[in-house]
Amino acid sequence: MCIKSLDVFSTWEERYGDNLEWYRGGYSFVAYREREEQVLKSLLKVQQSYGLNIRWLDRDGLLEVIPALNPRDLIGGTYSPEDGSASPLRSAHAFYARAAERGAEFHFNERVTGIITRGGKVVGVRTDRGGYATNTVINAAGPWAKAVARMARLDVPVVPDSHEAGITEPVARFLEPMVVDIRPAQGSRNYYFYQHKPGPIVFCITPEPPLVGTDRRETSVFLPMIARRMVDLMPRLANVRVRRTWRGLYPMTPDGFPIVGRVKELEGYINAVGMCGQGFMLGPGLATYLVKIVQDSLTPEDEEVLAGLTLYRDFGGEEKLK
Amino acid sequence: MQDHRVREHPILPVEERATFEFTWQGQTMVAKEGETIASALFANGVRIFGQHHKDGAPQGIFCANGQCAQCLVVANGLPVKSCMVLVEPAMQVEPMVGLPVLPGVEGEMALQPPETVDVECLIIGGGPAGLSAAIELGKVGVRTLIVDDKHRLGGKLVLQTHKFFGSIEDCYAGTRGIDIATMLEEEVRSFENVQMWLDTTALAVFSDRKVGVLQGQHYVVVQPHVLLVATGAREKSLVFKGNTLPGVYGAGAFQTLLNRDLVRPAERLFIVGGGNVGLIAGYHALQAGIEVVGLCEALPDCSGYKVHKDKLARFGVPIYTSHTILSANGQVQVESVTIAQIDRNWQPIPGTEQSFACDTVLIAVGLDPVDELTRKAKEFGLPVYAAGDAEEIAEASSAMFTGKIRGLEIAKSLGRDVGEIPPEWHRTSEILKSRPGAVVVEDIPEREDGVFPVLHCAQEIPCNPCASVCPQGCIIIGGDDIRGLPEYVGEGCSGCQKCVAICPGLAITLVDYRKDRDYPTVTIPYEFLGRTIHEGDVVTVLDTEGSILGNVEVVKVRAPKMADRAYLVKVRAPGEIAKRIAGIRVQEESVGEPLGHYVGRIQDDAMICRCERVTAGEIRALIRAGIRDMNDIKALTRAGMGACGAKTCTVIIKRLFREEGVPEGQFVESTQRPLFVEVPLGVFVGVSTGERPEETAVVHATDIHEGGM
Repeated sequence: MCIKSLDVFSTWEERYGDNLEWYRGGYSFVAYREREEQVLKSLLKVQQSYGLNIRWLDRDGLLEVIPALNPRDLIGGTYSPEDGSASPLRSAHAFYARAAERGAEFHFNERVTGIITRGGKVVGVRTDRGGYATNTVINAAGPWAKAVARMARLDVPVVPDSHEAGITEPVARFLEPMVVDIRPAQGSRNYYFYQHKPGPIVFCITPEPPLVGTDRRETSVFLPMIARRMVDLMPRLANVRVRRTWRGLYPMTPDGFPIVGRVKELEGYINAVGMCGQGFMLGPGLATYLVKIVQDSLTPEDEEVLAGLTLYRDFGGEEKLK
Repeated sequence: MQDHRVREHPILPVEERATFEFTWQGQTMVAKEGETIASALFANGVRIFGQHHKDGAPQGIFCANGQCAQCLVVANGLPVKSCMVLVEPAMQVEPMVGLPVLPGVEGEMALQPPETVDVECLIIGGGPAGLSAAIELGKVGVRTLIVDDKHRLGGKLVLQTHKFFGSIEDCYAGTRGIDIATMLEEEVRSFENVQMWLDTTALAVFSDRKVGVLQGQHYVVVQPHVLLVATGAREKSLVFKGNTLPGVYGAGAFQTLLNRDLVRPAERLFIVGGGNVGLIAGYHALQAGIEVVGLCEALPDCSGYKVHKDKLARFGVPIYTSHTILSANGQVQVESVTIAQIDRNWQPIPGTEQSFACDTVLIAVGLDPVDELTRKAKEFGLPVYAAGDAEEIAEASSAMFTGKIRGLEIAKSLGRDVGEIPPEWHRTSEILKSRPGAVVVEDIPEREDGVFPVLHCAQEIPCNPCASVCPQGCIIIGGDDIRGLPEYVGEGCSGCQKCVAICPGLAITLVDYRKDRDYPTVTIPYEFLGRTIHEGDVVTVLDTEGSILGNVEVVKVRAPKMADRAYLVKVRAPGEIAKRIAGIRVQEESVGEPLGHYVGRIQDDAMICRCERVTAGEIRALIRAGIRDMNDIKALTRAGMGACGAKTCTVIIKRLFREEGVPEGQFVESTQRPLFVEVPLGVFVGVSTGERPEETAVVHATDIHEGGM
C-alpha cells in the first residue's frame, strides 16, 4: 500500500501538474541500543519481502547519509532511499481539485446526521441539509470514525489520541532522510522529523501515556519534551528556530493497523478507518483498493493484502514501530 | 562613509557613547555601544539587509520591533533579527541571502528542563499600561513579574518626544513621553514585590495555564495566577505596488530607529496616514532635521488630533487629504512615491497622480491590538485582563489610566483589600479614550490691548494642562469634562507664558499689546534646535492651519525651565496678523515640490504576505475561485506561514475578502497557533549561546493561598 502511495506522490506533478512539494530524501529508523537494532532488523526482512528498497546501514554508513546524527552510541539504522515526503496541505488540495475536475462533488459545512439502512443494506445518508440516496457509504472519518459507524449501528475500535507536531523556519538543506527514533523516553514514545522540500524541519512526537481524546490545545509540555530528544539525537538542531506547533489526532486501533473493507452486518458500508497517523502515507495506495472494493473487483492478491486489515481480525497483535 | 546618526536633537540627549568596529560583508564599520545591528547598519548607510529566498527581493527593516523577520542578517554565523540583537565588537555581519545555513554546534551540550516560576500576576509588556498596573500591584504587595521584549522599559513612551495630552493629575499631561517612561519605571522599581525581566518575550499561553517566556536565550515557564496583557498595538499594513521595498515601513519602526536608537533612517520622508501616529512621526522627523516631503490621508480630513495636523502644516509639510498611495518606486529601495486623489468610492482619479522624490515611505494607517495572548488565555481559562492598546487602541494617556484600573481590579481578584475602584476612574478612562470631536471655527479674540493668550485649539480633545497651569485661573475648559475647548476668560492674564510653555499641541500663543498697540509681540513655542533661531532673524509666520501670514522679526528667544527644552520665541508683528499667528515655518517650501513627471510602477508586486512574498493578485484569484477559508489560502499560497506568524497579512487578507464582496462571517479565519515569535529549538532544553539579561532575579514560588503581603 505504501509502495503504491510512493508511486502516486512521486509521479503526481508530472501527471497532473500540481506541485506537492514531493522530496525523495529517504527514511531512516535509527538504533542507539541493541533492542531497537533487533526490532528494526527483524522488520527489515518483512519490508524487503514486499519489495521495499530498504537496507541496514552500520554506524559509519548511516553517518554518511545523515552526517548530523549524534555519533555517540550510534549502532546503525535502516535506510530506504526511495521514500520521501510531500506537503499534506498541498496534496489534499490537489487530490480535491483533481477529483472535483473528474466529477466528484464535495459538500462542505454539511454534517452527516444518519446513515439510512433498509433490510441490511445502505440506502442513503441524512445530513443537516437534507439527504442523499446511495447504496455505498465509505467511512473515512478519521478520528470521528466511531461516531460515523454508530450512525449505521456499527462499531469500529477506533479511538483518537493527540500527537504534537511543529515546524521550523526554512533552512538550507542539510538533512536528506526522515529520521525516526523509536526509543521510549519519559513522557513519550517514538518521534520523527524531516526536512520538508521548502526547507523547514517538521517534527512530531507520540506522547506516553497517550493523550486520548480530541483535545487539540497546545500545552507547555511538548516543546521541552521533543527538543530534548531532537537536540540529543542531532545537536545541530539546537539552532533551528521553531515557528509553529500544533496538535493533531491519530485515529488509533488496538493493534496499530488500519481497518479497511466491507462489513458482514451491513451491505454497502465500507470502512477505511483507523489509519493510526499514517493516513497520508497510506491514503493514495489505499484509495486504489477502495475503488476495487466498491467495484467488487479485488484480485486474490488484493484480498491477501486486505486480509490483515479486516475488522474481524484478532486485535491482540501490536505494530512494532508504534 | 557618511554617518547617519543624530548628532544633536532639540529634546533627546545625545550622549557620548563608546564606539567599536564590526564588519558588514567584510567591510569595517563603526558602531556605538547599545546599538542594535539594524541601527548600526542604518547609521552606516546600509538599509538592504538581504535577499528573499523565494524571488531575491531586497529585504530590509519593516517593524523594527522583533515581530517580523524582514531584517534577518547573519551575525557571527547565526541568523538573527537585526532589530533586536545588539551589535558587538568585531561582530561579522553578513546579509541574509536565500535560506540560512544551519550552523553546527561544538562540544557536548548539557540538556536540562526549563525552569518554572510561580507569580501572582504576570504582566506582559512594560509600556504605559503595564507599568501603571504594576505600580498599583506594587502598592498592595502582589507578587508581580513584568516581562518586556525590549532592552528598556517604557514601551513606546520612550519614542515620544512631545508633551502628552490628557490631564496633569491623571496621566502626566504636559510632560514628554520619554520622561513619563522614566518616572513610571522609577516608581515601579521602588517595589520589592515587582520583578522586571527585560529582553524577555512571551512565546505562548498554554492550555495548562502556563506562559512560556524567553528571557534572553533562556526559556522559562511562568505560572501566573492572573495574567495582564499589556502588549500594545501593531501597525496595520497597506497594499500597494512596491509595498515591500526597503524604505517602506511603519511609523513605529521609524520612531524606534530615530528616537530610541538616534539614527537618521531617512533624509526625505513621505508619510501615508493622517492619524496621530503619522502626524507625530512627521513632527519627530522635522525635529531631527529630516525633510518631510508630504503626508497623504485617504479621508477628507486627518483623523488625528487637529493640533498635531496643524503643527505639521505650519512647519511647512504639505498634507494631501482624499489622497492615496499608488506605488513606492525604485529598483532595490525607495526612490520616489506616487500618490493620487481618490473619489468617493476610494478609487484613484486618473490625471491626479503626483510623484515625489523620497527615500522613505512611512505607513501609518492605524493600529490593531496585540491580543493573541489574551484570546488564548480566555480560551484556556487563565484569568486574564488586558490594558492599554492591547485592549483598545487609544492614546498613551488612556493606556496609563486603564493600566491603573486593571492593576486594582487584579489586586482585588487576588483577594487584596483595595476597596472600591472609584467610579469616576472609569469615567476618566472613557474620556481619555475618546476620539477627537468636530472641528469648530477658531475663536480669535477681538480685543487689541493688554496681554492675553490666543488658543489655536478648535477641536475637542481630552486635554487640559493650559487650564491647570494658569495661575490666575483665566483659562477654563468648557463643557463637563476635559474634552471641552479651552477658553480665555476675564482680564487677569499676567503674561506669565505658562500656558504657552505647557500646551502639548503647541497651540497657544501670547499676544502682548502693552508696549506697542500697533506692533504687539507674539510669544510662540518652538521645539527645534536652538541654533536654528536667533534674535534678529526674520521668520515666516503662519496661521493655525499653515497659511502664510508674512515675515516678522524675532525679538527674543528664551528657553525657560517651565518650557522643558522648548523655546519661547517672541516676534514683533503687525497688529492685523498678530492674533492669527500660530507658528513659525521651519521647512522650505521647495522640499514639498512634486517631480515634474509621475512615476508609475509596472510590476504586480503589491504584497499581502511579505514573509512568503504572496501578492494581492494571487489571493484575489483564490477568493474569486470560491475559497472561503483563510487556512486554505495559507495552505495553497503559504500566505501567513512565514516568520512573522501572520501578524501582518491576517488583517489585509480579511480586507481583500471584504473588497471582493465577502463580508466578515462568510469566511473562516485562520487558526492561531503558537509560537508568538520564532525561537531556536535548543532554547527549550537550556542550550543557548547568549548571556542571560541583567534582571535575572527569579520570583520565588510560594503557595497560592499565602502569596503576597
